[in-house]
Amino acid sequence: MKHVVIIGNGISGITTARHIRKNSDHRITVISAESDYFYSRTALMYIYMGHMRLKETQPYENWFWEKNRIGLKKAYVQRVDTDKKTLYLNNNETLDYDVLVLAVGSKPRKFGWPGVDSKGIQGLYSLQDLEMMEQNTQGIKNAVIVGGGLIGVEMAEMLQTRNVHVTFLVREDWFWAGVMPEEEGALINRHMIDDHHVELKLQTELKEIVPDSSGRVQHIITNHNEKIDCQFVGLTIGVQPNTDFLKDSNIEINRGIVVNRFMETNVPDVYALGDCAEFSEPFPNRRPIEQVWYTGRMMGEALAQTICGKPTQYSPGIWFNSAKFFDIEYQTYGWVWNQLKEGEETFYWEHPNGKICLRLVYDQQSKRLLGINVFGMRLRHEVCDRWIKEERSIDHVIAHLRDANFDPEFYKQHESAIVASYNQQTGSNVQLKKRSWARIFNRKTQNV
Amino acid sequence: MNIIQRIGLGVFLLGFVAFIATLSLGRYQLSDEVLNKVTLDYDTKKNTAKRAALRPHVEVMFRKKFSDQFSFVANLRGGFEQANQAIMQKYGFTDAELSQLAEKGYKKYEEAVIDGLYPKGSETNDIKNKKLKDYTNWLYGKNFKSADELKGQIAPKVSEINAAVVKDKGFSSYDIKNQLFTITKASDVGMVASNAPLWLVMTILLAIAGGLMYLIPKLFQGFPGIRNNGVFTHPGTSRGWIGILVGSFLISFYIFLYWFPEYITSWVLMVDPVSKALSGNAASQWFLYGFLYTVAIIVMGIRMASKYRHNKYQLIRTASVTFFQLSFAFLIPEILVRFNQPYMDFKNIWPLDYSFFFDYNLKQKAAAGTLGIFMLGWGIALFLLVVPTMVYFFGKRWYCSWVCGCGGLAETLGDPYRQLSDKSLKAWKIERYLIHSVLVFAVFMTGLTLYTFFSGSSRVLFLDTYQVQKAYGFLIGSAFAGVVGTGFYPFMGNRVWCRFGCPLAAYLGIVQRFKSRFRITTNGGQCISCGNCSTYCEMGIDVRAYAQKGQNIVRASCVGCGICAAVCPRGVLKLENAPEEGRIHDNPILIGSDKIEVRK
Repeated sequence: MKHVVIIGNGISGITTARHIRKNSDHRITVISAESDYFYSRTALMYIYMGHMRLKETQPYENWFWEKNRIGLKKAYVQRVDTDKKTLYLNNNETLDYDVLVLAVGSKPRKFGWPGVDSKGIQGLYSLQDLEMMEQNTQGIKNAVIVGGGLIGVEMAEMLQTRNVHVTFLVREDWFWAGVMPEEEGALINRHMIDDHHVELKLQTELKEIVPDSSGRVQHIITNHNEKIDCQFVGLTIGVQPNTDFLKDSNIEINRGIVVNRFMETNVPDVYALGDCAEFSEPFPNRRPIEQVWYTGRMMGEALAQTICGKPTQYSPGIWFNSAKFFDIEYQTYGWVWNQLKEGEETFYWEHPNGKICLRLVYDQQSKRLLGINVFGMRLRHEVCDRWIKEERSIDHVIAHLRDANFDPEFYKQHESAIVASYNQQTGSNVQLKKRSWARIFNRKTQNV
Repeated sequence: MNIIQRIGLGVFLLGFVAFIATLSLGRYQLSDEVLNKVTLDYDTKKNTAKRAALRPHVEVMFRKKFSDQFSFVANLRGGFEQANQAIMQKYGFTDAELSQLAEKGYKKYEEAVIDGLYPKGSETNDIKNKKLKDYTNWLYGKNFKSADELKGQIAPKVSEINAAVVKDKGFSSYDIKNQLFTITKASDVGMVASNAPLWLVMTILLAIAGGLMYLIPKLFQGFPGIRNNGVFTHPGTSRGWIGILVGSFLISFYIFLYWFPEYITSWVLMVDPVSKALSGNAASQWFLYGFLYTVAIIVMGIRMASKYRHNKYQLIRTASVTFFQLSFAFLIPEILVRFNQPYMDFKNIWPLDYSFFFDYNLKQKAAAGTLGIFMLGWGIALFLLVVPTMVYFFGKRWYCSWVCGCGGLAETLGDPYRQLSDKSLKAWKIERYLIHSVLVFAVFMTGLTLYTFFSGSSRVLFLDTYQVQKAYGFLIGSAFAGVVGTGFYPFMGNRVWCRFGCPLAAYLGIVQRFKSRFRITTNGGQCISCGNCSTYCEMGIDVRAYAQKGQNIVRASCVGCGICAAVCPRGVLKLENAPEEGRIHDNPILIGSDKIEVRK
């Protein structure tokens, strides 16, 4: 029995702990300075908006940890000595480990803009950030958000529930342009501007933050030299691995903690995963640092196997992700880039209301499906995953779209319109098939 | 909130306060006219006799106009008690009489003893003589060691005689309960009584109008979507002061409705015109309840529709519960009564409808010809055939969140409180013990009822069927379903009754758990464990616990309201009727992680 110490109680650390417990009797200790118990980081916005309290965002009841013999320790690790296998904590305690798992997450990225250290400037990643945001936004009227990504749009939604006017600065030509194609970006732009009255400023960057005499932000100045009054600036230009406390250790750090596909660092018995880990050999099409809930969880599932004596590489399947932009849900399966890569072809359908769309990307030659983007409509994960894995052709996918529909019952279904649009755009004559449970459940007996 | 909504809120509060205030507007004047109007006994002769027995004891009230119902009811109750005492004095046996009888008869107890003490000739003696003979003839010819021994034998019989006399000539506690309500209502000569329609408009209708002014603009405000903003900070929805006030009002309302309706006759008077228009009869407290219940479902149904106007499942479901309440539960039964047919809510199913097999119901329906027989057959087919079939194809939601009246109120009036249900494992355990105990109790009680109906004997072992029925009615039918079930909405969520108490929900749930095509499908690995689904599950199901493991949700208690799927920000949940195969699956590794297996 080894003592596995996990630093960080987010989804990566907790998934690792749970799966180690499923597979072994190792002693497990999870250290966190952020919160007493695991909570869902993705739900921070709902706490601010009053949809939930912290308690509701905790996926397990408090007795769960003792019952599963997962020790919890609230402390901040200041230093790691990998030679002695000892952790030095902020309360002058030390803790010895046999296996160390670094699941320490990220922190909001900041650039050195003038005035960036004024009061009322912050990112949003942790519980402490949320508490700070609660204080920073008391009674304010105007806010500026910098950075067109997922946390930015969440922050805009959060602030609007407190009747704060939001100006959203996006450097690119459309929202989340690093990830989304133009049509989808335009769809979300419209939704934010028309439906939620966000003041979206595209091709606009922050130049300077100007504080008042008390040191609190008074206004900002953009790269177009526009002055925008605000009492709060949300910095959501991305996150970076939270590795400062490892500076003096022997663990190799690049942008993140460098790991191989077994999540092993350069030091034996020390592993890293989740937001803070950087793959020395990234997976094809994937970034070296994957800062996504789902990948953090998958890394944890794999790492637990390795720690329990069954060396297992992190081996992610078909990429998927999801988000919600105000009221429009987004799901993606496989690879859809912001611009088509060579040899790729795309089919894009948009509902006349401009709030629902579906994009399929496929290989020009083989016609096999490569990726799906869907907005304002829900698709069935298993079906999409299988289509891509089994290299189904675009025609097959179009014909069987009904199998993938995951919208609630009685919702208007758009498959006929999508197929008609496809046939018109491509000059094909694909016939829409009825939904089949046998196909959905992938029953082998059935001829599909 | 725009100006119309602000005014609407004000108007609603005004109407609500006026509604409460009408309780103090009653002026009560008892008179011969009132007494002649009320039915003290369905037997005409007895009715006249009872009125004559009561009148001298309440006559003193004729001269006084009471300005509040509490003193009026107290005096009236006093009158009934005095009348009963007088009847006891005249026809009842005192302890002294009993001792005398025992003294005279213990050596040999026979008719002569009775005739000696109560020689025939006077009305009183005739009755006492006959009663004693009827009740104690089994002791004739016996001799006893002492007077005390005989007294011991006769005493219980004499108690029975005295009780029978009160029932026959006077007023049982059950009668008094009913008469207090009827007479108080008939004696009201206050403002409300003299112009009921006006007060109906100035209270309930005003509140409705205000409510609608507040709610209807919401249909057109902002962009449709999930807006649970401030649910956990608003004092109305987070067990704050508004929640406490609303809960206290609801609890008090149910206590008065079930046990002290004589104090809320002003409210009943206001809906008299409505009742007369529908059934032709004056309103009872139950009509008032049905009226307010239906109003609550319609008005709060509009709120529900505006809140989820982007969600067609919610819109259709809300329309469905509103329709079934308005037509099946409220209008149709009243119209049946108008045509002299038995009252029946055709969608109320045993064992929720626990009195379905009570003898008076069976007799009434059996006597009502073809329609009555159809009602009996329909009621039996509902729980025997319709429930299992429909639950197999659609899950228990077809009833609990689409048809049922309790569900209807929970899904409309109760919607703002759904997040207050307890999601802990402990609560789930308590739920399973409680709800299945109530089911067993209901089945047992109905078993006794049917035994009594067919055998004619109300005693089974040491139990009295009618006492068991009464206990069920009090504990489950009134206290649990009403006071706790609805009164606790603002404290324990909107499905307290459905989750912990409803025997029909228990039955539907057993079918749903073990033999149904219904499930909530979890969409692969898309869950982010945010907790919205669990938080807004009114049945206290920890939906997330399943979703984050990629498991479908198959639970006996799920009423299929669909809110979990609505509030999910990642499109993870879908209510589905699909083939049973693959309904429950348990793979601890979610989709997305290839090449990982878990030790079995």
